Amino acid sequence: MSGMQHSTYTPKSGLGRWIDARMPLPRLMYDSFVAYPVPRNLNYAYTFGGILSLMLGLQIATGVVLAMHYAANSGLAFNSVEGIMRDVNQGWLLRYMHSTGASFFFIAVYVHMFRGLYYGSYKAPRELLWILGCIIYLLMMATAFMGYVLPWGQMSFWGATVITGFFSAIPLVGDWIQQLLIGGFAVGNPTLNRFFSLHYLLPFMIAGVVILHIWALHVAGQTNPTGIEVKSKTDTVPFSPHATVKDGFAMVVFLFFFAYFIFYIPNFLGHADNYVEANPLKTPSEIVPEWYFLPFYAILRAITFNIGPINSKLGGVLAMFGSIVLLFIVPWLDTSKIRSAVYRPWYKLFFWIFIADVIMLGWIGAKPPEGIYPTLALLGAIWYYAHFLIILPVLGLIETPRRMPNSITEAVLAKNGGSAHPAGATAEPHTKG
Amino acid sequence: MSAHEAANETVDGNRRDFLYIATGMAGVVGAASVAWPFIDQMQPDASTLALAQVEVDVSSVKKGASLIVKWRGKPVVVRYRTDKEVQEGKSVQLSELKDPVARNANLPSDAPATDANRTVPKREAWMVMVQVCTHLGCIPLGQQGEYGGWFCPCHGSQYDTAGRIRKGPAPENMAIPVYEFTSETVVRIG
Repeated sequence: MSGMQHSTYTPKSGLGRWIDARMPLPRLMYDSFVAYPVPRNLNYAYTFGGILSLMLGLQIATGVVLAMHYAANSGLAFNSVEGIMRDVNQGWLLRYMHSTGASFFFIAVYVHMFRGLYYGSYKAPRELLWILGCIIYLLMMATAFMGYVLPWGQMSFWGATVITGFFSAIPLVGDWIQQLLIGGFAVGNPTLNRFFSLHYLLPFMIAGVVILHIWALHVAGQTNPTGIEVKSKTDTVPFSPHATVKDGFAMVVFLFFFAYFIFYIPNFLGHADNYVEANPLKTPSEIVPEWYFLPFYAILRAITFNIGPINSKLGGVLAMFGSIVLLFIVPWLDTSKIRSAVYRPWYKLFFWIFIADVIMLGWIGAKPPEGIYPTLALLGAIWYYAHFLIILPVLGLIETPRRMPNSITEAVLAKNGGSAHPAGATAEPHTKG
Repeated sequence: MSAHEAANETVDGNRRDFLYIATGMAGVVGAASVAWPFIDQMQPDASTLALAQVEVDVSSVKKGASLIVKWRGKPVVVRYRTDKEVQEGKSVQLSELKDPVARNANLPSDAPATDANRTVPKREAWMVMVQVCTHLGCIPLGQQGEYGGWFCPCHGSQYDTAGRIRKGPAPENMAIPVYEFTSETVVRIG
């Protein structure tokens, strides 16, 4: 695409030629998903982009049919969801696919993002590709949050109260913005209605940004575990069948776990309080967001003190949003010329410490804000910020990278004991992993 | 082409600039006027704004008991505080408070957060307060926490017996709505 390689598509039938001369969509598809060259050394961490596309499609499909049975009214919503579970044919399955699907969507996106951080996928010339991904992630969070409000259970209601409360921390206009979001002085029917409308809209916006994301990917080409750019034809294999089959196999394995959750432990990742109908006069004894928001929730709660003119509430909200903003500027925070952690021994260590920190923050986010937890949350939040603002910039300047191979082909051959192998034409069973 | 170039030479630059600017301005004003209804519709609607006044009969509330009523979709607590609670509230110095402002809609906005200023005159044992945490809007639990006042289970904010924030992430004391004792036993909120 985009001058990277010439299109090799040749329509075989008369109809194909007729379409190709008028609206060459089949050519675009062929060039993007059949002939498109991918590095020959991609491992399974690189299959999550495909899995994410599948999950987006699945969420849209199940969501559209659930909307046929759902009533977006605060008096009816809770019972309509129970109706889906009990009365609607296959309703229980479709709802569990949708609710568990949201969690698996996030599992996949976190693997995808951590893979990008590990292999330095965000570095030039892929900064916009990375930023588009961050935008998708933001849209996903907004969509998931609003979707969680729709069943109108206790966690729905109080989660909506807390999260829209973030905006009231903004000086001067905060209360106005909050009222604009919820359409009243407290979360209520107007809130539920608009969240339903937006929850239906946002996935299609995600799909739009996904197209831009793939476009940017196909302009720069995929990265690979070595972080070395593709230099010759022997560095790549065609997308089909190599990537299609590998992605397909990863999807099957992923769906295996997904199905286990749907059929055996569909509420494992949910919260029992959400099976109690929303009550505006009673807050559950503990409000916990869905697991995929927990690290950010812990950062929010870590700030319990005023910082100069910034009060604790605004401080917490800024720290939380800031932790996401940091992701957008990672390409400029990481000063290292070396892309992949494979050749960066210190970065590799700090990457895994960062993962541990995020997991710890997630664990603290689920704990009550008492005892040792606020202190741990603060330490975890400080490390999170230090990773991006101190470790990433400084490491790039002082770290001595390991010796890098000259090309992807050389790296692959070195790993496999040096047997020369003509790449591209045939499948290569020993390049996986 | 030559006819086109010839036409260009006779173009009145001022007229063209005027048209550009006028069209651009009309476009901006037009876009803004179309955008406004889309934003405005999200604001609280007339039925939400219909500011209901609530009258509460508090004759059944004994010392040490509370009553919760719903006002503008939010819970308002009416608490007849015990002597001990009032004493605790009075014994706090203003300098110990995280938020030294009364947040009492019946008083000027800069009134200090003394225990008396958190109530209305002659009814100092009565707390009438929007029982919504000023952090992110949860409903704190009454008579819990380190200060014997309110404790918010969401993010751990602790309020004292006068509903003033003492510890935790909440920035302000809980709000006191406009209210009035219209008789010995009736409170009108709003």
